[in-house]
This record gives sequence, structure tokens and C-alpha cells, in this order.
Amino acid sequence: MKYMLLINAGELDLSGGAAGCEPEDWMRFDKEIQEAGVVVSSESLADLVTSTRVQVANDGRRTVTDGPFAETREVLGGYYVIDVPDLDVALEWAAKCPGSRGGGSIDVRPVAEFPGA
Amino acid sequence: MHAEVEAVFREERGRLLAALARRFGDLDLAEEVASEAIEAALVKWPVDGVPPNPGAWLMTTARRKAVDRLRRDQVYAAKLAVLQVEADRAGPPAVGDELPDERLQLFFTCSHPALAAEDRGALTLRCLAGLSTPEVGRAFLVPTATMAKRIVRAKKKIKDARIPFRVPGPDELPDRLPGVLQVIYSVFTEGYSASSGPFLQRLDLAEEAIRLARILRRLLPDEREVAGLLALMLLIHARRDARTGPDGSLVLLDDQDRSCWDRDLIAEGSDLVVASLTGGPAGPYGVQAAIAALHDEAPDVAGTDWAQIVALYDVLIAMDPSPVVEVNRAAAIAMRDGAEAGLALLDRLSGEPRLREYHPYVLARADLLHRLGRLPEATAAYREALALAGTEPERDHLRCRLAALAGETPS
Repeated sequence: MKYMLLINAGELDLSGGAAGCEPEDWMRFDKEIQEAGVVVSSESLADLVTSTRVQVANDGRRTVTDGPFAETREVLGGYYVIDVPDLDVALEWAAKCPGSRGGGSIDVRPVAEFPGA
Repeated sequence: MHAEVEAVFREERGRLLAALARRFGDLDLAEEVASEAIEAALVKWPVDGVPPNPGAWLMTTARRKAVDRLRRDQVYAAKLAVLQVEADRAGPPAVGDELPDERLQLFFTCSHPALAAEDRGALTLRCLAGLSTPEVGRAFLVPTATMAKRIVRAKKKIKDARIPFRVPGPDELPDRLPGVLQVIYSVFTEGYSASSGPFLQRLDLAEEAIRLARILRRLLPDEREVAGLLALMLLIHARRDARTGPDGSLVLLDDQDRSCWDRDLIAEGSDLVVASLTGGPAGPYGVQAAIAALHDEAPDVAGTDWAQIVALYDVLIAMDPSPVVEVNRAAAIAMRDGAEAGLALLDRLSGEPRLREYHPYVLARADLLHRLGRLPEATAAYREALALAGTEPERDHLRCRLAALAGETPS
């Protein structure tokens, strides 16, 4: 079963990285999870200042907004999609991920399965 | 006859459900075919006689019905087949005639932290205590339709997020077992001192919680906190008849007729306290049970071993610091060292945000102010407690206190 681990950054330090997490922690975790053979895909996102929001109103008018967005409380910093037998295993990986520390959090969501897909 | 037979099935149903859930990895299917098998038994057994191994008969019948259902619904079957392979891989199959007791898996699934806290107790009552959805709804004072929605929601999460039917390994157990115990204890406290509504006690729910704890104790005989939880509930439940007056009014521990306490439950609970406190470091349920045992074994309030109770509260606070426990400790200190000492401790807690609307805190303060003869302050505190009390008998009790105080106060 596939789960997406959505990594929400906690407090950011001055350079925009998650507080309390060293790059080495991420490298160690990434190596471990890749070697376990459970990763389907994963990406780390660039800083929120580089983000742009697009909305299309009912009348078809397009609004483009520059990030960061004032109302955004949790900043999505990246994700892993993993294929593991059940939720407990997915939660285990989420707890190992450095993104769950230092005020950050990880949402673990099953990837929807469609019949015949 | 029918109702009696159904009562017998209450526990059998939990076992059946657990084994089927584990076999098919689907709680809905398991519930459906478990019910059908029990219905079949209710029709057949009175005519043909009870089979030599009723559990195995039920399991075989339920499994056959599940296979029928899967034959009818191929898409569903294909999806379940994947699950089943994984379930088979997860553990050894059943051996011999004896239906393996797989309820422990179900306990851990129903109290999984990924489920909403309010759904865990409901699901545990539904699946392991064998209560019907309307019964669970009544237990929690929720309309049947609301309860049905909650149970469906929880089962959907188990299925769609694939919360496994498994017992956590020895390394995870210390993390996960407290969650299971918490669910059972919350069912008990909900039944024991109904947090809202006209009735002070809903004894059925307390008894269901005790029944669940007994099942869990049989499944995990070496876990001392399971013994501690069962002991705690038995020792509190032993006072049930003395806790309410004939008119349904609240009777506090100090005023209870101790001859009404259930000596058998106290004896059983006290033995379990010993089991829960020997062989390793004590856990919070064991310590709370030891405190309850000291109350239950005391001839009266004055003859209670308050020094020992204070010492146990110290242990509890060291284990799990909480302002709520501090309040109980302060009340015990007041009994050991006098009301002044207890009040000083309570006043030191006044900044705690968690206690601001906590009715027992305000009530404990009011009682101590009353004992010290500080009547205007006591009156104000009882009024505050009255506003915070959740049940009608609690409010009645406070109104009585206020009326008595008005008599004492020089006008």
C-alpha cells in the first residue's frame, strides 16, 4: 500500500532550513529509506519565497500571487511516497524522518487506489 | 431463551470477529458474517443441539459465509486477496480445533492512535464487548445515527489507511499498551461518573469496561499495568452502591456507608494490586489502585492511612506529573497535616490553566475553606463549583452544601 509522507517544516532558521535538523540527518535518513527499497518517489521543495499561487475564478479570470502566503501556517517542505504493508510501518518511517522533529510534523496519507488502475 | 443465548454470544462474538478480521483483513466483512453465523446458530442449535465445539462451528459457518460473499463480489475479493496473503504471511495459521484467541490484535486495532480518541472506546465496545450500535450510542449518550456514523468512519479509516490487525512487538508494546488501557479506563470513567446528563452513574458501562479488562488480563497475564487497571476499576466499582443515596443523590467518600461496599470486589482488587506492584517498577494504574485499596480497606475516614496515600501520590507525580494528581495529593495532605497545609498547596496551583475550570479543584478548595471556617470564601468557591459541575446530582449536592453554609453564616 502506498502512503505519502507530507513533510511540514516547523520553525525555520534564518537560512530557511528547518530548525534543529542538520543536512547530515536528512542524508542519513534518505540513505536508510532508499536502501530499504520502499521509496516510490520523493522530492524536496525549494524555499517558500520561490512559490507562486494560481487561482482561476468562476468567471475565468486568473489571479497569480507571489509567496510566501500570510495564511500559511505549515510549510510543505517535501514528500516521500513509500510502498509498505500497513499504516504502522508508514508511521515508523515518518517518526524516523528528521522532518518530524524540531516542531515539524509529517502527515501520513494513503494514496487513493482506483479499481482497475 | 433467545436473550440468554445472545448474552452467551457477546464474548464469543468478539473472539469470532477478531479471528475473522485477522483472516480477511476487513472488519466490515468480519462483522457481517459473524452476525450471520450467530443468527444461524440461534436457529439451528435449539433444534439440533449445541455442537461439541461451538466456537469452531461458528468460525466454520462464518468463514463459509465470507467465501460465499466474496464469490458474489469479485472486485472486492480481488482486493481482499492481497490483504489475505499479507495476513497469512504475518502469522502462523490456527492449529487444531481450538479457535485461536486473536482478540488482542483487535484490542490494538480498535485503540490505534491513528483513530479519533472518541471513536476508540466506541469501536472497542462494539467489536470486543459485543455491544450493538444503539447500545454503544446509549452508553455515550449519543443518538444511534450519530454513533453509527462514527463507527463507520472509524472502520473506513482502518480499512482505507490499512491500520493493521497485529499485536505490537515487544519493543513497541510499552508505547502502545497504555493506549489500550486508556481506552478501557475512559469507558469506565464515562460509565462511572457520567460527565454530563441527569444520571450520576451508568453502571452498565463501568461493568463493560471491567469485562474488557478481564479479557485483556487473560490475554496479557504478565503485564502488570493490565492487572493494575483491573484492580483500580474493581476497587472503585466496589463502592458503587454507597455512592448514591436512595433518591439518586451524590454521596461523597467521607459520608459513604462502608458496610455497603462490595467486599468480594475489594478482595479481588487488592490481590491484583499486589500482582501489579510486584516483579518490577510500578506503573501509574498500579499505584492508583494501591491508593484505592487503602481507601477501601480503611474502617472510616479518620482511620485511613493518609501518610501512605500521600507517599503514593508522590510516586504517581514523579512518574507522571499532572496538576490533577496534585489536587488529589493536596486533599490527602489536608487529611494528614490539616486543612491549612492542604489549602496552601491548592492555592499554589491556582495559576494552572488546566485547573481553572476543573470542578474537583474548585470543590476541594471550597471544602477546605469550609473546614477552616472561612465561610464567605467557602460560599464563593461552592458557587463557582456549582457552575462547573457536569451532572445534576453533583449540582444538587453543591446546592445542599450552600444551603447548609447559609445556615452557618451569621446574617
